[in-house]
Amino acid sequence: MTRSDWTPDQPILEIENLSISFFTRLREIPAVMDFSCTVLPGEAMGLVGESGCGKSTVALAVMRYLGKNGRITGGSIRFKGRDLTQMSDDELRRIRGSEIAMIYQEPMASLNPAMRIGAQLAEVPMIHRGMAKAEAWALARQIVADVRLPDPDRILQAYPHQLSGGQQQRIVIAMALMSKPALLILDEPTTALDVTVEAGIVDLVKELAEKYGTSMLFISHNLGLVMEVCDRLTVMYSGEAVETGSVAEVFDRMRHPYTQALFRSIPLPGADKNSRPLVAIPGNFPLPHERPKGCNFGPRCDYFAEGRCNAGDIAMAEVGPRHESRCLRVNEIDWSAPPVAKATQGKAEIGEVVLRMEDLRKYYEVTGGGVFGGGPAKVVKANETLSFEARAGETLAIVGESGCGKSTFAKVLMGLETATSGKIMLYDRDIQNTPIEKRNTDTVSGVQMVFQNPFDTLNPSMTVGRQIIRALEIFGQGASDEDRRERMLQLLDLVKLPRAFADRMPRQLSGGQKQRVGIARAFAGGAKVVVADEPVSALDVSVQAAVTDLLMDIQRENGTTLLFISHDLSIVRYLSDRVMVMYLGHVVELGTTDQVFQPPYHPYTEALLSAVPIADTHVQKKRIVLEGDIPSAMNPPPGCPFQTRCRWKSQVPGGLCEREVPPVRHLAGGHQIKCHLSDEALTTMEPVIKIAAE
Amino acid sequence: MAKFLFRRLFTMIATALCLTFIVFYLTNLPPNLEKIAKSEAGSRISDAEVESWLQKNGYAQPLLGRYGEWLGVLPGWTATAADGKVTGRCIARGADPAAAPRFCGVLQGNWGWSNVFKEPVSQIIATRLSLTGWLMLSVMALMVPVALLIGVLAGMREGSKLDRTLSTFSIATTATPEYVSGVLFITIFASSMTGLKWFKGSATSAMDDITFENFFLPVLTIALYGIGYIARMTRASMTEVMTAQYIRTALLKGVSFRQVVLRHALRNALIAPFTVIMLQFPWLLNGVVIVETLFNYKGFGWTLVQAAGNNDIDLLLGCSVVAVAVVLITQLISDIGYAWLNPRIRLS
Repeated sequence: MTRSDWTPDQPILEIENLSISFFTRLREIPAVMDFSCTVLPGEAMGLVGESGCGKSTVALAVMRYLGKNGRITGGSIRFKGRDLTQMSDDELRRIRGSEIAMIYQEPMASLNPAMRIGAQLAEVPMIHRGMAKAEAWALARQIVADVRLPDPDRILQAYPHQLSGGQQQRIVIAMALMSKPALLILDEPTTALDVTVEAGIVDLVKELAEKYGTSMLFISHNLGLVMEVCDRLTVMYSGEAVETGSVAEVFDRMRHPYTQALFRSIPLPGADKNSRPLVAIPGNFPLPHERPKGCNFGPRCDYFAEGRCNAGDIAMAEVGPRHESRCLRVNEIDWSAPPVAKATQGKAEIGEVVLRMEDLRKYYEVTGGGVFGGGPAKVVKANETLSFEARAGETLAIVGESGCGKSTFAKVLMGLETATSGKIMLYDRDIQNTPIEKRNTDTVSGVQMVFQNPFDTLNPSMTVGRQIIRALEIFGQGASDEDRRERMLQLLDLVKLPRAFADRMPRQLSGGQKQRVGIARAFAGGAKVVVADEPVSALDVSVQAAVTDLLMDIQRENGTTLLFISHDLSIVRYLSDRVMVMYLGHVVELGTTDQVFQPPYHPYTEALLSAVPIADTHVQKKRIVLEGDIPSAMNPPPGCPFQTRCRWKSQVPGGLCEREVPPVRHLAGGHQIKCHLSDEALTTMEPVIKIAAE
Repeated sequence: MAKFLFRRLFTMIATALCLTFIVFYLTNLPPNLEKIAKSEAGSRISDAEVESWLQKNGYAQPLLGRYGEWLGVLPGWTATAADGKVTGRCIARGADPAAAPRFCGVLQGNWGWSNVFKEPVSQIIATRLSLTGWLMLSVMALMVPVALLIGVLAGMREGSKLDRTLSTFSIATTATPEYVSGVLFITIFASSMTGLKWFKGSATSAMDDITFENFFLPVLTIALYGIGYIARMTRASMTEVMTAQYIRTALLKGVSFRQVVLRHALRNALIAPFTVIMLQFPWLLNGVVIVETLFNYKGFGWTLVQAAGNNDIDLLLGCSVVAVAVVLITQLISDIGYAWLNPRIRLS
């Protein structure tokens, strides 16, 4: 190995014209083509794109970990001046983990389940610096304290499954920092975590990178997150970098149609489902072996010019200082033109009360386990005194982090579980104690659900048409088979899928198309109430907009009540009429969208709003990071469920928060808050999100 | 842990009682008893004589009562013959009835009398079990390390040449029944046909004195069959572990491949095969019958066959008690070991 003449003012990482292919028996599948990017010391570079665009492949190529089938077919990756593509396995091993470290998407899966945390951490300096075991453990203890985990000694002795998701990710970060690497690669490090936990992790990463002067390659599909963390970003589409530049440049002066389309399809503050609807990107992502000639984005681009854009390969071109774009028509497009306004839609008519919940409670009993039971039974209070009404044609969003009881509530409503006490009234029928198998067809077809993961909810061995017809049969729709087939085709029209899809198998459909089938099935029996459980969170950004719009359109036509369960406040703000915020089984705030998104807030809502990353440089946000994790529902804190993490607690005199569950307070306009804070304290709250004047 | 053991012990005893009762019921079906009467009192006796013989020898009581006597929780039966001679379950032939204990069942150490071997059952089982014990131990000592090695080597690089070679070997060995491989080994290594004569084709002499020469072939025959099976399980588990994300984490931490396999993959990969290995003990106990017969090694399997073939009720019951005990104990060890290997499982 030759010592290179690299000096710290030169780029840490220089990727030039990198091409990566995967080789299968049938063909070579190019995953990344002609990719270049430069990361300077101390700089954070974001890699943004939808799933399948090749961003993770680039990251793994830097680590030279492409599996058996992947190979770098061209270009170079220079790390501190040395070409990684030419290194031997031994040289690579010395760089991995010591100079380049990686943080992964799923912390649970990336930690060895059968090794203690301390052993996994101490391993790094023991390999790379030949440190003695005791010394390595002492260093591990120090780094664990550095990533702000409580009780480091206990954590070092723990196994990964004994920690929460957020703690596990902190451990993965600690592992990456054990040898103070020069480059940190983060592959969607917070996608599997809750938003308030994500905010804590993002803060930590930023702080530590600054402290140790580490450069970062930050991979994410979330533009808001990239804006918070990175200095520069590269947007990728279908294996190519399409635009690269500083965050401010790309966000405010974007020069590629794909970047523009991406920004127009995400719900930013100011978007509104009626007056300023989202613009979905038409068409689908091309499969790697079906990429078009010329510009990959061509077939979906509004500015496509026949004979030019599809003539041949397009190179990156300079459009500003350290700002490049892969578009032939950069200088011809009017970038400041507002999006072609879609016809604004009339607001859906809000009708009578369809669904009413009164003091609904759902408790689970968890026995001590063992062959003969034994051990005291514990009660998990999944839902506490849930009361609300939902009207026809209304969208009620239910917001909260994992474990807040929103899915339990959906199960009780659907009849998969029965309520412990309280009432669910659908029109004038009590359904809280009727499990789904005892409900009549009318009730079952009237309350339907759209599930989170479209990949698991369709039967893989039945055609799409057959699955919808099956739902029609169960709901007792249609007089004959021909009749039902006709209804099925109409449903495909309704969800804007071509009728030819009736004979396709689920595996031939993309994620967004599958979700459309799921929606068609939910509406097969003319559902009056549809529970949408995170319906778009498994989908790519550009598809999310289309599926959300579809739901809104169907709702407008049928006057359906939509209960939209989500953790994504941006999309909730965009489409819902009213919002219900849940924490540990309690409804902590309920009001119209405007009421919930404006002060006074419940302290939890405030933190939640602050935690959601917003991809807009004009938005100023107050930073509120919650300490610790969500308490276990098995062992909730006494008094107010949020008191352990609340930053306003000191404003309530006499430790009231620790003793009593706050009563529901009714503020002006039907706005409800479950909090002990006085009216004066509530009025002092400032808005979390401010949009700066341009 | 103590609580777990206590609870487990309780379930084990309950299971053992159920299983031995089932065996007791099946071996004491009326036709079996009739056969005993005929073999003891003469094969040409009339039905009425059979009836009275059973009456005299304590076989006519309700089944549950006799199970209790066999177990040793109910007093043994006594009968006074017409001539005033007192006989009973606990009264040895020719012994003084007054000095005999009231209870004499398995719990008191009285396992009964074998009609075939004309010896106390406990003594037969002790000798035969120790013979088979040596065989099992040798098989395990050969089979487990070899199988794990093959499985781990094959599984650590799925689809490599090494994997294909070892997998072919494992499939071939596990697809060859013992009565085929055993005969082949004898022909190749112990007969004048090839002239090799490295080993002995019979293990009879090993019953007194085990040597490599007289014991290796039976051990190899049983072990080979098991090796393929365990190696396949280990390979499947290993390939799965090697694709796990934490293996990628370890590799990208800079750990060498060898260390990744030894430190990160091995323990996780052993979780699934461990249960299978522990299940080999009960299998070996009874599954060695063929090999014991083939090599004329009179161990536990051979005894079981003799007992079953000759309607030797007490010996059969004794064998089943041992078999049940071995199954339950190995499963207990398997559960404890499983929890040790897999920290996500906690006892109690």
